[in-house]
Amino acid sequence: MNSDVGDEWGMLMAAAQGGNRQAYDRLLREILPYIRAIVRKHHATADRVEDVAQDVLLTIHRVRNTYDPARPFSKWLGAIAHRRSIDALRRRVRSDANETFSPIAYETFADPEANKDISAHEDSTVLAEAIAALPPGQRQAVELLRLKELSLAEASAESGQSVGALKVSLHRAIRALQAILGRQDGRND
Amino acid sequence: MIRTDGLIAELAGDLEPVERLRPPLLRASLWLGVIAVLSVVLIAGFADMPVFMHRAQDSKMMLELVGTLLTGILAVIAAFELSLPDRSPRWAFLPVPSLLLWIGSSSYNCWRQWVVAGPNGYGAGEGLDCFTWIVAFGVPLGISLFVLLRRAKPLAPIPVAAMAGLGVASIAAFLLQFFHPFDVTFIDLALHLAAVFTVVIVARAAGRSGLNALRD
Repeated sequence: MNSDVGDEWGMLMAAAQGGNRQAYDRLLREILPYIRAIVRKHHATADRVEDVAQDVLLTIHRVRNTYDPARPFSKWLGAIAHRRSIDALRRRVRSDANETFSPIAYETFADPEANKDISAHEDSTVLAEAIAALPPGQRQAVELLRLKELSLAEASAESGQSVGALKVSLHRAIRALQAILGRQDGRND
Repeated sequence: MIRTDGLIAELAGDLEPVERLRPPLLRASLWLGVIAVLSVVLIAGFADMPVFMHRAQDSKMMLELVGTLLTGILAVIAAFELSLPDRSPRWAFLPVPSLLLWIGSSSYNCWRQWVVAGPNGYGAGEGLDCFTWIVAFGVPLGISLFVLLRRAKPLAPIPVAAMAGLGVASIAAFLLQFFHPFDVTFIDLALHLAAVFTVVIVARAAGRSGLNALRD
């Protein structure tokens, strides 16, 4: 990025701080490829890059009061994109550390009786009823993040819930579903 | 995905004007100025100035005071700088020279006290009271500082909080000297430093939730 572009972005951000929506819209669209390029250094898959790029945009939105037009915009933007990419990477590593790959989970068995547990989980009616029984916030989190497979940022924008609240809702929903399906299994046995 | 296009349209559509943060040095100076005024009132009202003036005639004692105060001021400035996204993490080193001066001069004064006073110069003076003082003054100072630092929504809140903790604890330790009518022993110094460390740890822990507006 050359310094002229950086200066222009700085002016757009200064206008956005004053409430100019057109300037802000233009700025966010223009900086997106630059953000993606930084995020791509830390994240490989396209979905992941887009997810983190959206998180960077949300962060820029939250901390836009910290930009000082007397200082280079590119440095401010680069620091935020880099920092949030690293944060996402750390979250990913932490999350991976808590998950275990179990090949048994993907196996089915010749004996129909042995597949009973798996069949119960695959029963879409049971699952739909279990999801319907969840509180509205948790149900919305499951629908947006797991059924529609939206990213956290998209789900946040669509539901009006914060990213943090969505994560908590999803976590609780999964626990609740496990409990409901566990009880269901118990009844089927 | 609603795609990033949709997100941008939404962010731009909901845009509200924001108040730009003033330069960090100015914000730090304003906070330090208010604390300075309150400190002068406290000292003028309650400190035993003749005793303090007598102790302050010793140049090594003055060196310790300068080190303590500078550590407080520089750590607060560093906290404000670090709270912004585009500032170098190297700001964290700003208070290090004065911190070394403070610890070095205090240690020397303790050693001298030990040599002069013999075994009495090694035991605890009123170290526990000092510990309580530093923590009791450091925590409210820290809360007022957090309120200002929070406005920057730091991307890395923990170093900011730790630096703020060092700043307020050092300022509390400096003020303590006006109400401290005796030379410190090694045990006293250890308790002073333990109090500073305690405030830093508390601030660091509080910073995780208190400053982290971006938590997710």
